[in-house]
Amino acid sequence: MTVRRSSLAAAVILLAGTALASDTDRRSGFDFMGPQTQAMQADDTANPGMLSVLDGEDLWNTPAGAANRSCADCHGDAATSMRGVATRYPSYDEKAKAPITLDQRILQCRADRQEAPPLAWESPDLLALSAYVAHQSRGLPVETGADPQLTPFIDQGRELFTQRQGQLDFSCADCHDANWGKRLGGAVIPQAHPTGYPIYRLEWQAMGSLQRRLRNCMAGVRAEPYGFGSPEHTELELFLMTRARGLPLETPGVRP
Amino acid sequence: MARTLINVPATAKRGEVVEIKALISHPMETGFRTGSDGALIPRDIIHRFACTYNGEEVFSADLFPAITANPFITFTTVAEESGEIALSWTDDQGNTQTETAKITVGQDPVE
Ligand code: HEC
Ligand code: HEC
Repeated sequence: MTVRRSSLAAAVILLAGTALASDTDRRSGFDFMGPQTQAMQADDTANPGMLSVLDGEDLWNTPAGAANRSCADCHGDAATSMRGVATRYPSYDEKAKAPITLDQRILQCRADRQEAPPLAWESPDLLALSAYVAHQSRGLPVETGADPQLTPFIDQGRELFTQRQGQLDFSCADCHDANWGKRLGGAVIPQAHPTGYPIYRLEWQAMGSLQRRLRNCMAGVRAEPYGFGSPEHTELELFLMTRARGLPLETPGVRP
Repeated sequence: MARTLINVPATAKRGEVVEIKALISHPMETGFRTGSDGALIPRDIIHRFACTYNGEEVFSADLFPAITANPFITFTTVAEESGEIALSWTDDQGNTQTETAKITVGQDPVE
């Protein structure tokens, strides 16, 4: 009897552990950081990500490309025109018949509307534009995933999130659903909500995109990371953003 | 010119201890790293930072390679009179940048 009860208890614990963090218990990576790092993110004059946001503001107002137009020429004041935009990405693109990320959307405008050469993934300029646009949604809840056309792509992202990979044979869910709050070496395992991107990561001493962050996690389990701009990255991001629905955006987040 | 965020209180009481903050975008290349070609990346750090208050130096620091990229420097000084606070720093390439801010100090001393 005693044996039965304890194995049942173990099964219950296992179930609770593997279940997705419930709506009421979803926490941003911010909540797992030390008070000093939290203070750094919270103070706009101490948050190094704000340097990139300010660079983005300059770029927003600078004409570029053969069209010689600035983002502001078409979109005006970003505080109004870009407010809430980042809360809906990745979103469905009619031409691509697939979801695209905010970075891809910005690159589209740069190619089609400004007729300018593309910005490289992880280049300071792309990160700055992305940080500036996403910053206009700081404090607003994530809304990604409402469009029914996205459903198959969200499912695909969930698939990627739960599939084991790498020499260490871990899925994302093994860490971020089943073991969040526990430690991996010196780091606390967060729930993997992508609410602060692009972030300033202290380990990088630089800004970086969500894709760079995910590539770090994939390399961590000795898997071959997906390429920048690959459909797998977009699907994972789409799934993660849908999973984070309702949490406020923080861009620019600071992470250890 | 490097992007910076300078934070000096616009107003203060006479005798008040005020906090001054500077966040400076700089690679702070240590000189110990190698590039993809295996060659050493030359050191490029801010090695000197100083603050003057109406021309008089109130804070200075020598910086070394262990300091992070985009350094954040904070210190305090005593608000004596209205005037200008100037922050300046020099890196290994010989670039010197100066940023200034005005501070207005009220007549009433802090109790
Ligand atoms: C072995 C455990 C482990 C696995 C597997 C793993 N991660 Fe992580 N992940 C971490 C840890 C630990 C951190 C935090 C690192 C830090 O704070 O330095 C993290 C951070 C993150 C973050 C950043 C959250 C924030 O607040 O900014 C995201 C997003 C994320 N992981 C997504 C994923 C995805 C997607 C996968 C699968 C491709 C994955 N992770 C696989 C351990 C893991
Ligand atoms: C010549 C005008 C023009 C320029 C220049 C331009 N855009 Fe756009 N942008 C548009 C139009 C029109 C749309 C919406 C229609 C569409 O889907 O293309 C749009 C859409 C967007 C969206 C998606 C908004 C949403 O609600 O999903 C973002 C983000 C964006 N632009 C960012 C930028 C940035 C950043 C720049 C500068 C690098 C820029 N745009 C330059 C015309 C422009």
